Amino acid sequence: MFKKVLIANRGEIACRIIRTCQRLGVATVAVYSEADAEAPHVQMATEAYLIGKPRVNESYLQLERILEVAARTGAEAIHPGYGLLSENPMFAKRCKEAGIVFIGPDENVIARMGSKIESRKAMADAGIPVVPGIARPLTDVNEAVHVAKEIGFPVMVKASAGGGGIGMQMVENEQQLRKAYESNQRRASDFFGDGAMYIEKYIENPRHIEIQILADHSGNTIYLWERDCSVQRRHQKVIEEAPSPFLDEETRKEMGEVAVKAAKSLKYTNAGTVEFIVDEHKNYYFLEMNTRLQVEHPVTEEITGLDLVEEQLTIAAGKDLKISQDEVKRCGHAIEARIYAEDPTTFFPSPGTITTFRPSEQPFVRNECAVSEGSVVTPYYDPMIAKVIVSAPDRSQAIERMLKALEDYEVEGIKTNLPMLKKVISHDAFQDGAVTTKFVAHYLQNKPIK
Amino acid sequence: MSQVITNMAGNLWKLLVKEGDEVEVGQEVAILESMKMEIPVEVEIAGTVKEVKKAEGDFVDEGDVLIELE
Repeated sequence: MFKKVLIANRGEIACRIIRTCQRLGVATVAVYSEADAEAPHVQMATEAYLIGKPRVNESYLQLERILEVAARTGAEAIHPGYGLLSENPMFAKRCKEAGIVFIGPDENVIARMGSKIESRKAMADAGIPVVPGIARPLTDVNEAVHVAKEIGFPVMVKASAGGGGIGMQMVENEQQLRKAYESNQRRASDFFGDGAMYIEKYIENPRHIEIQILADHSGNTIYLWERDCSVQRRHQKVIEEAPSPFLDEETRKEMGEVAVKAAKSLKYTNAGTVEFIVDEHKNYYFLEMNTRLQVEHPVTEEITGLDLVEEQLTIAAGKDLKISQDEVKRCGHAIEARIYAEDPTTFFPSPGTITTFRPSEQPFVRNECAVSEGSVVTPYYDPMIAKVIVSAPDRSQAIERMLKALEDYEVEGIKTNLPMLKKVISHDAFQDGAVTTKFVAHYLQNKPIK
Repeated sequence: MSQVITNMAGNLWKLLVKEGDEVEVGQEVAILESMKMEIPVEVEIAGTVKEVKKAEGDFVDEGDVLIELE
């Protein structure tokens, strides 16, 4: 195992990684921006180094500066967390060149899965179901119209390099498609420096279900069941749970095996997630693969009893997986809710100073926090300030525990989505396990949920 | 003369107008980026852009004047 690991991240995930390192006796190096000088991850790490100004491109995205800190402190490996540099193939490559282990897959795999078009092609070639559409960048809007007519409206216009909903739009007819193509292409060029566009058939009333996998360097690959992440706002997840209330055992097993097949086709190593869109008839289609630890990994940890950060460290250190597929447990039910610094109705960001912060201290509640009382939530970073995770023997008890935990939670000084989370958890549709990715938008507009 | 004032701290990601442009009520004149979200800035009255006070890439605070209209 490594003696010292640098964490190239901030917030709750940096704290989460440090905790596992502490348990394993691994020293940690934190990096931080001027805005994060007092942040919890800085306090928790064995050593901490200032790497720049508040903006991410002047600090947390400064890969050479981070590598310099790693070299200076003698860190043998870098854990990138999620977001920031975690899916940057150049960073993985530069780590390798510097003789530092990047805790994640090979840079070529990251690059392939980072492109929506490339990943879709790779998966189709491996025999994984993909949403009907086109497997190469469109040449122009006229070709987009031609393809859309072939596969039938509605379609999703998507930027190959897009993410978090940026550069994607559902359109129902040719006129909307022409407008959406141009505007999303422009936006993708501005945001990602890549205006490549493609289109896919729009799946009505879909669920977002993803499979967590682990793969070592000896080719052992296992799946750790699924997470249902259908409750989303602005194409970003809000509540995740495991197991999914929608899947039957047969589909669950099939999707797990398909995810393993996908990972093996890529010679994937480390933790990863194969995301699927699932229609109302339980047809599932590959959406994308996240080549990193995910925000919602705790729900998988709660039902399997595994520590995914420990698994990542073990794999990156060159050791084989300790468990086989038959030994992966699935025990009880877990739900995670993300607490965002935002207006619960408009979802607009709400930066400011947190004057009161009291996470729930109920039994069976796990808190993953990035803030404490007095923390300043700045506009520079993601709005997620904490996660609350509950576990229980079954789904109905998990729902009860989550409601109680959210009712206990106190955050003052900024607006948060806590009121919205409570409404979602207590909504009949959620309790019946009958929500799709449209749920939040429909419920906020008081439209019937189909 | 009227002013377009930002109601949120963030990074001025995109300016959609320049000096001399005519703007209509409700028109998007800029896009801020705050907490990784795009926030459109709209004008509340029609007019002509007299001066753009900030440049793309600038950090703006809540209450900063972005544009002066006449």
